[in-house]
This record gives sequence, C-alpha cells and structure tokens, in this order.
Amino acid sequence: MNLIKVAKLIFEYTKYGEEGEVVGTSRAIDNVSFDIQKGSFVAVLGHNGSGKSTLAKHLNAILLPTEGTVWIGEDDTKNMDALWDIRQRAGMVFQNPDNQIIANVVEEDVAFGPENIGVPTRDIWTRVDESLKAVGMTAYRKKSPNKLSGGQKQRVAIAGVMAMKPDCIILDEPTAMLDPHGRQDVIRTIHELNRQEGITIILITHYMEEVIDADRVIVMDEGKIKMDGTPKEIFSQVEQLKKYRLDVPQVTELAYELKKEGIPLDDGILTIEELVNGLCQ
Amino acid sequence: MSIKLEHIHYIYEADTAFPVHATDDVSLEIQDGEFIALIGHTGSGKSTLIQHMNGLIRPTSGVIYYNGKNIADEDFSMKELRSKVGLVFQYPEHQLFEIDVFADVCFGPKNLGLPKEEIEQRAKDALKMVGMDESYYTQSPFELSGGQKRRVAIAGVLAMKPEVLILDEPTAGLDPRGRDEILDQIAELHKKSHMTIILVSHSMEDVARYAQRLIVMNKGKVVFDAAPAEVFRQYKQLEAIGLAAPQVTYIAHALKEHGFEINTDVTTIEEAKQEILHAWRKRGC
Repeated sequence: MNLIKVAKLIFEYTKYGEEGEVVGTSRAIDNVSFDIQKGSFVAVLGHNGSGKSTLAKHLNAILLPTEGTVWIGEDDTKNMDALWDIRQRAGMVFQNPDNQIIANVVEEDVAFGPENIGVPTRDIWTRVDESLKAVGMTAYRKKSPNKLSGGQKQRVAIAGVMAMKPDCIILDEPTAMLDPHGRQDVIRTIHELNRQEGITIILITHYMEEVIDADRVIVMDEGKIKMDGTPKEIFSQVEQLKKYRLDVPQVTELAYELKKEGIPLDDGILTIEELVNGLCQ
Repeated sequence: MSIKLEHIHYIYEADTAFPVHATDDVSLEIQDGEFIALIGHTGSGKSTLIQHMNGLIRPTSGVIYYNGKNIADEDFSMKELRSKVGLVFQYPEHQLFEIDVFADVCFGPKNLGLPKEEIEQRAKDALKMVGMDESYYTQSPFELSGGQKRRVAIAGVLAMKPEVLILDEPTAGLDPRGRDEILDQIAELHKKSHMTIILVSHSMEDVARYAQRLIVMNKGKVVFDAAPAEVFRQYKQLEAIGLAAPQVTYIAHALKEHGFEINTDVTTIEEAKQEILHAWRKRGC
C-alpha cells in the first residue's frame, strides 16, 4: 500500500534582483513522480543543491507544488482543510538539534505536539511515555535538553514527532552535526521505529554508510530522480554515483578497486562480512 | 613557529555547583608545518582547546607559549597572535555578510589597516588558494552553493596570512564531493605554503587520509597523541570513548582473523588495497 504518492511534481521559486524586480525562476524540482510504500525505509541521496530538502518539504506541506500533486494517504497536500492531518501523519526532523527543542524539560518538549492538537492530558502522558521509550530516552525525561548531547537531542526531537502518532517520519540530514556515536544512536533508533512500530522512514543524508540497511535508495540530481533501487543496486554503480558528487562506503570502494585489479568479487559489496567472504572463497 | 601548551586547565561555571572541566591538564606542542587532526566525541574538549590556541579564551590555569613567548604576558600582542593563528569556526559561511565575495574576503586585512593594494592582493591570493576564480569576485556570497560559501569563508581567514590554520569540522553538512574538495585544498595549502594545519573532525576516514599526527581527546584530557596508524591500532579503546577506526582498518582485522596474512595497520583505501592484493597474490587464505 502506498503511503505517499508524488505525481509530476514541479517546484519553482522566483529570483529577485537588487531592486526587488523578478529576474527569473529557478526550478528546484523538475517533474518528479514516485510512490512510497507504507512501512518502508527509503533513503534519499544527492549533492548540496540537488533538490532533496525541497522535495522533503513537500511531503508535509511546508512547500506546495508549483505543478503536479503530492498525496499523503488520501489527502492532497494542496487541500488546506487537511493540513493539520497531513502534518500529524508526516512528521519532520531537521538537521540542527538546537533549533527544534523548545521546552526546558525533555518530557515537556515531547508533550508539546500532542498538547497543541488538543489531546487529553492523560493521553498526552501516555504518548510521552511511549515515545521516550521508543527512542530510548526515558531515563532523561526530567532532564534539561541543553545538558544533552547532539545525538540525544535528535532522539528527543524524534520522540516529539512520535508523540503525534505519525505514519511517516522524514529526516533531513539528522546526523550532519553529530559525532560518530551520536550518528549511530540516531540511525539505530530510526531503524527500530521502522521495524518495531512500522513507521515509514524517509532519510535524507550525505553519509553513505547510513544508507546500506535501507529498503530503497533514491538518488537526486538537478531536481530529478536519477537512480532508484536497492542499496546493492545503487552502490554497484560507483562511477555513476561519483558523477553525481556522491560516494560509496569505504568497503564498497575497496571491493570495487580490488575487482579492477582482477580479484573476482561481486558488485555492490556493502559490508565487511561480504568482502571477507568474497575474498576467502 | 610553535605553539606550546603547558598544563592547561579550563573550568566552565567554576563558581557554581556544576563546574565542568573542559580541558583537564593538557600539555602539548605544535611544531611548524605539521598536519594535525584533533578528534573526540562531542563535549570532549576539542573546541575549548582550539580556542586557547589563538587566545580567544584564557586558561583557568596553565601557560600557553607562542614562539616561546607567554601569551598571558602584558606586552604580548594578542592581535598578532590572532592574525598568525587563524581559526575557522564550524559553519563559517554563517559569518559571510558583505555585498560580494571579494569585499567579504577583504574585510579581515582591511581591519589590519593595510594599504588598499596589499588588501586586494591578499584577497586575490586567498581566493585563489581555495579555488575561487575571478568570475566569483562580484557575486553575492549568498548565491553560492554550500561548498563555495564555505571556501569563501575560509579565504577570509587565509587573507590574514596565518601561519597556523585551525579548522573546526570544515566539512560538516557538505556532500561527499564537497568534503573531498575542501580537504584536498587544505592539504594543498599545507604542502605548498607549509602552513601548519589543525583539523577538528568526526570522520576517521578523513583524518586517516590527511593527517600526520592525531590528537585524541576524552573528558578534557589528551588520551592519544601519535601517528594515525598507531592510534587506530588501539581501536577498542577508541570505541570505548565513542570513536572508531576507519572502516578499512576493521576490514584488515577481519581478514587477519580469517587467516589472511595482512598488516592490520592500514588506515586508507589505498593502503588496504595494496595489502590485500599482496596477500591475495600469495594466497594466504
């Protein structure tokens, strides 16, 4: 079943000159169509300026299409009556953890969303309990967010989205400002939410290692979808990815280099285990 | 040219119930022309340490020497220190503000009170060093891509002609090619201008590829200070403090466990490739 459907999406923004006159339009999304299945884990790759974030912002109606349509479930994002419903169903987590946390206490921050949509108090606390548990932050519920690490703050931000009982979470480079440990925590958390709670995940990232366990990888360039497949299919095309200013995990690149030197290895090796098995056959 | 830190302690909120030892008895010496990477998890004291190096914060106790002179001495010129030790903060492009790229890079040397020709020459040189040609001079810095903005911001520091360039996570938020471009340019500066480089990074792959010396911090202390291969040999201790080795190092260890005759001191793809090819040709498996 499709949770998200995007049909012939075009997004243009207007450029203004020094006097405020219109000097032209720039097309950030150029005729993109795709569906996202309920419960899937989809990663979106693309260089800075390729249109990834613009696309993500269409998925919960922060931006509306210039042309084309985006549906979340049955709702067209252009339908203003469905706006709150769409925002509740498709939650968003951004890059900078410090810009997303507003309360002085972790549990109050998580409660902010459901409180805003008028959830009864007792239910709010149930949701806060469940959300903090889902991201592994229960022990920090009475703490001040500014005493947390970046990775912990991002998990609190994710709990805040979870408390809205969403179908889908869109994460726009959630690990860009984190250290390796914080990155691992966040990635592990979203995989757990995907597997255990059935939440659909759309992860935008510049880190290739974060993508290998996704169900599907979409590669964007110049506002278009250029590649779409499993991680193995995508990372088999090392040269193609480099053309789009992207990269592959170190193990994939090493396997690719070894293969060029004549060692018989499969394409698109993604894990250390696969490489070791390939070499020890 | 050298920077020497002796027993540096820095305590935040010392007078409160929650004093934080951001740096805890750090002693080290940075020599002319080194390429050093500074790693450690968030909150380990890296940023506090680099701010000491150009006098932005004063240690609670301990002494910092720049070229043998105590920077806390009254007759020491802080202004000179700050122009000789350039600090590029995280997300430096947030500090761009001028109407065009060239004016932005001129801002620093202009404040030094230099003659106009000298200012412009320095700006041109600095922009050339980061690979921004003349066609960008009159563009608004806000219309550039993320990677280009960052290069302009770095040029702004280079125009001060620093002898030491400290960069706090210069590749954060950039796409893979953007990361390589910035780091290659920094390596070029190191090689051609013999600039001392101190790179703060969260990417073990990057530090392995570029740095000659690795300083690892944890809880305000320096826990390792050695060549990358030597530090990454201690990958289990690194993991215990929230860090790791590059993926290729783990590959080498895994292969060794499977009976490959391989040197596990590899830290880059190229080294791993050579080692594996060598072992493969000997058929150690």
